Amino acid sequence: MTGGTIQSIDYAAVAAPLVLVLVAGLVLLLDAFLPARPGGARALGLVTLGGLAAALAVVAAQAVSGATRRTFCVPASLGGESASGRAAAASCSFVADRFTLVIAAVVLAAGLVVVLLSMTEIAVQRGTGPAERGRIPAGEWYFLLLATLTGAVLLPASRDLIMLVVSLELVSLPVFALTALRRHDGRASEAALKLFLVSVVSTAITLFGVSLLYGVTGSVHLGRIAAALRTAGDTAGDMAQVTAVAVVLVVAGFAFKIAAVPFHFWAADVYRGAPVPIAALLSVVSKASGFAGLILLLTSALAGQAALWAPGVAVVAALTMTAGNVLAMRQRAAVRLLAWSSVAQSGYILAPLAAYAAEPHAAPHAEPRVAVGASVAYLVFYAAMNLIAFSVVTLMARRHADDPGDLSGGGFGSEGDAETGDLEAYRGLVWRSPAAGLSLAFALVCLAGLPPGLAGLFAKIVVFRAVVDGGLGWLAVVVAANTVAGLYYYIAWTARLFAPPAAGESRTVSTRAAAGVAVAVTVAVTVVFSVAPQVVLSVAQ
Amino acid sequence: MSWLPIALVAVPLVGAVASAVPAVRDRAVAWGIAVSALVLVLAAALAAVFDHGRPATMQLETDQPWIPGLGLRFHLGVDGVSLPLVVLTALLAFLCFVHLAGHPPAGGRPGALVVTLLVLEVGMIGTFLALDLLLFFVFFEVVLVPMYFVIALWGGAGRRAAAVKFILYTLLGSAVLLIGLLVVRTQAGTLDMVALAGRHGAGITRSAQILAFLAIGLGLAVKTPMWPLHTWLPDAHTEAPTVGSVLLAGVLLKMGSYGYARIAIPVLPEGAAALAPWLGAFAVVGIAYGSLACLAQRDLKRMIAYSSVGHMGFVLLGFASLTPVGLNGALFANVAHGLITGLLFFLAGAVKERYGTTDMVRLGGGMLRRLPYVGSLLTFACVASLGLPGLAGFWGEMLALLGAFRPAAALSRPLFLVFMAVGGLGTVLTAAYFLVMLSRVTHGRAVETIPLGGPLEPPPEPEEPLRPDEPPRPPLATAEGVREVLSEVGEGAEPVEPVATGAAVAALDREDVRQETARAGAAAAGAAGAFGAGAADAAEAGRGRRRFGEVSAYELAAWLPLVALIVLFGLWPKALLAVTTPAVQSLLGSGAPP
Repeated sequence: MTGGTIQSIDYAAVAAPLVLVLVAGLVLLLDAFLPARPGGARALGLVTLGGLAAALAVVAAQAVSGATRRTFCVPASLGGESASGRAAAASCSFVADRFTLVIAAVVLAAGLVVVLLSMTEIAVQRGTGPAERGRIPAGEWYFLLLATLTGAVLLPASRDLIMLVVSLELVSLPVFALTALRRHDGRASEAALKLFLVSVVSTAITLFGVSLLYGVTGSVHLGRIAAALRTAGDTAGDMAQVTAVAVVLVVAGFAFKIAAVPFHFWAADVYRGAPVPIAALLSVVSKASGFAGLILLLTSALAGQAALWAPGVAVVAALTMTAGNVLAMRQRAAVRLLAWSSVAQSGYILAPLAAYAAEPHAAPHAEPRVAVGASVAYLVFYAAMNLIAFSVVTLMARRHADDPGDLSGGGFGSEGDAETGDLEAYRGLVWRSPAAGLSLAFALVCLAGLPPGLAGLFAKIVVFRAVVDGGLGWLAVVVAANTVAGLYYYIAWTARLFAPPAAGESRTVSTRAAAGVAVAVTVAVTVVFSVAPQVVLSVAQ
Repeated sequence: MSWLPIALVAVPLVGAVASAVPAVRDRAVAWGIAVSALVLVLAAALAAVFDHGRPATMQLETDQPWIPGLGLRFHLGVDGVSLPLVVLTALLAFLCFVHLAGHPPAGGRPGALVVTLLVLEVGMIGTFLALDLLLFFVFFEVVLVPMYFVIALWGGAGRRAAAVKFILYTLLGSAVLLIGLLVVRTQAGTLDMVALAGRHGAGITRSAQILAFLAIGLGLAVKTPMWPLHTWLPDAHTEAPTVGSVLLAGVLLKMGSYGYARIAIPVLPEGAAALAPWLGAFAVVGIAYGSLACLAQRDLKRMIAYSSVGHMGFVLLGFASLTPVGLNGALFANVAHGLITGLLFFLAGAVKERYGTTDMVRLGGGMLRRLPYVGSLLTFACVASLGLPGLAGFWGEMLALLGAFRPAAALSRPLFLVFMAVGGLGTVLTAAYFLVMLSRVTHGRAVETIPLGGPLEPPPEPEEPLRPDEPPRPPLATAEGVREVLSEVGEGAEPVEPVATGAAVAALDREDVRQETARAGAAAAGAAGAFGAGAADAAEAGRGRRRFGEVSAYELAAWLPLVALIVLFGLWPKALLAVTTPAVQSLLGSGAPP
């Protein structure tokens, strides 16, 4: 790359998204050319699993090698003039550093679980759906899933605004289709439309902010934006105000994606309307990529503006966790409860970022800039815990779909989820199906942050520590109060699991399905995180 | 590095995990006894190995890194402050399992209860052994979920609300506690309690100390409980099954007060000095409030629960004086309260089991005549609790008041003299409510309502544990209700006096269970294995009852060690004070007045 304008692409750096794209194409081809036989959907699922595992292996190999790989670079000579007149340094659009790899690994691992859940979901749909009407097309499903995951893997590697927005759209667009893929289901269509509208609005807002940022700094690369803002800081005037507007708009756009207050209204309806695996995808993969983008923007491009955005983030975090918890308390449907609880958890993930601007002298022994590490660590813990819950909920949904009695009443459209969603259906689950019941109980206790769910407890401690170190005492108190509020509904659900089964309720949950594997894997990972949280903390910082 | 503290935590944990093995699950209660006996032996070994010549230093330490990312080390150890509490915990847990063998609480599933109690024991012992702030917090939190389930699954009629109140309240406390601990960490840069206590607050600014003491103190005050934050306690104690109440009062409350002695006061001396008057004020209000509330109670269990508020007030008053005498008194009162209130809750459970109620009005009088063993032990425990010299309850409160009489130099003496006066008034009130209760319940003429057999006849068939989704038993059945049902059933056609005695209620119970069983049908069959074990235990209990008349062997085995220790510590307080005194002096630093 010495001075030349022709880029050489480091294929090793982009190997993980490349694998996903190739497998996505393969899945589409297989779906078109394989004979339509009962095992076809399963084969496609296995191919998808294989692709994800390969991508995960690539990420692991990159992590082991330890080197930071960059590609799609613009040499310094093409940097143009920055505001100060100095030539900018070389900037790369794709950087596979530690942060990238951690988020990519989380996304891919979550993707594996979602695929396992999907295999169950699709098998159920094929098994019980009235003929062809309304069944989920497996090929399209897996293709869209892989497309989303490609975006989610690209996003944390993005180091310029355009790639950031494009990756974010790549994460979002397939999800609309996935949500609506269960055809002739009113609720799913409504959810998809809602998600679409919310997402389009948020993209528009983000783009507006991005264009303002570009206008102010003359660059799209995050590093150059930071440099330009730093040098322009002294000569502030009208440009400072424009920058402030741009920051607010960009943050607002991402706040939609992570369902932060005041852009959280879509969460419950969309989670409930979408198939359960897609709700899991939304709550983990989509959210992880939203946070990755937000963290990159705030800490790479806008680090100098921390004094501007950190108080806002603190307020948004406090409101988000409070609103999520308060709304979750009143829910009687499992998925809606998880939706609001994941809104609340977004608040916990945001909280450490608010401490980013902390002045070091406020806390002599605080390590500077632990904020990002705390957020990422919480995200990893959260992903593992939340996926257990969604896996068990999928199993429960499958149980009801298996039972023809549930389908007879409302036709296919209702698909029995009046019962699956109801928390009462979980009554006595521990005694009926100990494995599923105990797994869900463990997940809920983890989410509440209490032992024996040590993973959740340590995640909370990490957040508290970052907030206290940042000197945000009031936010720590809000987090403390919210921990209690969250416990209220988690423990109520957990207590239902242990309550004696309702009269006549003696059915058990089948754990033979792929979703059973998903439960086992997520529980195993969470137990490891509980016993050795250092695994997460060492990679996240 | 010593393996003893690790084993003390690991044995119950392994025991809890092993309870999932089917072969163990069938004999869950026996397994629980075995595991807790092993823990008790280990605790006794700990006390034996402990170098009593230098109780002020931390001994048998284990210090391994666990989570470097948080600075959390697996650091356990024991000194004069924690040793008595570790032994007390192991003892009470063991006695609870012994009691459980003869008297499984309503709610069934003894296997699940054993697992829950073993996990509870891990948290309790771990809290007293932990020497790392965050490790302490982790163990502190471990007890919440098991205790929630003990109350929510095996508790009385209002168990669900009580359990939720308990866990929400105490979690709020521990969240605030966590903030305080992290403030200490941020300021001092270490989580090591020994190092922090050795510094006596050096390196932490005064304002941060006050802030941290406020947060840590509030967090611990919920657990202890301190007066305005105590409202979870009466419900939780009243609704919990006997073993739950015993452990709650005997050990869980101590975790809060132990936190003051281990963390709040030694680590943050300036914060303690600044806030001690407030702590003392709330403590004496608690003493007076607890005693007055006791006078107004009708329910025996609820009264004992409120008496805990008063007794823990003395403990807090001792801490607030910030003198070695006061701290010594607080720690002594801590242990004494664990023994005495543990015994009181065991006895209240026994009363409930026999009469079907703990409502003092409906119990009537004359317990000494009808149930001489239970009545006399209840009298003994009450007298010990009200602080009769010569029994364990006396020394702690006396020393706490003495500490308030001459508080640390930094504190206002007149203020503490007022506290002492109010505390003294509280002891009088304590004596008053216990004596009133005794005169109502144990003395007087026994009202014999069921002439045949009396309430102590072992039931002809082993009581099926009730399924907890139903109202467990009708303890509040009115006399009319009893009469109605009895006449319908056709047995015991005699009119009953307004005292629902055990036999009548038991008859009701059995009827209820029969209907219940018929309805539950196939669903119950699934759990038949677990019930089988319970039935065997109940049969054994029946044999025991015959042998000792009114009390079963299990009950005596659970009660007598407590009685012996109450007498021992009452007559020979030095046994405990010799261990705590040097430790307390070192916690307060050499500068503190003797």
